[in-house]
Amino acid sequence: MKIGLLVNEGPYQHQAADTAFQFAQAAIEKGHEVFRVFFYHDGVNNGTRLATPPQDDRHIQRRWTALAEAHGVDLVVCVAAAQRRGICDPDEAKRNGKDADNIAPGFRISGLGQLVEAAIECDRLVTFGD
Amino acid sequence: MTVLHTVNKSPFEKDSLDTCIAHALDGSTVLLIEDGVYAATRGTVVEPRVRDAMQRMNFYVLANDCKARGLGEDTLIDGIGRVDYGGFVDLVTGHDSVQSWL
Repeated sequence: MKIGLLVNEGPYQHQAADTAFQFAQAAIEKGHEVFRVFFYHDGVNNGTRLATPPQDDRHIQRRWTALAEAHGVDLVVCVAAAQRRGICDPDEAKRNGKDADNIAPGFRISGLGQLVEAAIECDRLVTFGD
Repeated sequence: MTVLHTVNKSPFEKDSLDTCIAHALDGSTVLLIEDGVYAATRGTVVEPRVRDAMQRMNFYVLANDCKARGLGEDTLIDGIGRVDYGGFVDLVTGHDSVQSWL
């Protein structure tokens, strides 16, 4: 089946970012396609490449990047939610006059249309949040 | 149409479970995840409400989240199913849609 995920909670906040990742991994292991993970609200903080958690802790952001690289999962960050929280890619940084970008590899910034498309395209859409 | 409802909040913290139970139709499935698994423990004030809902709905807990909270199988209400993340995926694909109560 084609499965879409919506993540509304930031990393290390409560548990949604972890549950969503474990779910995505289990779905892929079972042969399903994780079509897209859409990060919304504080969930956009999953997409920064500047996080440095303690070495003995899981690296939530890097784990998503690895999932995208290994299985071609489309990781999409909501542009409006990202702008509010200081998550930007090179284009957004330039457009908004910022001196740096911080999007993690495998993530891309786009709009809510991507969430709507995932809801239409996927057989199931599962929401994880706080 | 069958619906899988997920509840990720403790019933001692938020009313997500009550809201879920009030909305879910007979024959639905409720999966308790994260702090939601506390609702599955025996001997709490919530137990009668869960047992009542179990008359018309199927209840599951995410076993990984029970283990993370020290809730052994012997602490859970009889009749509540236990799944791992793979079982979570199977519940999602086995129902027509998923509603998350946050």
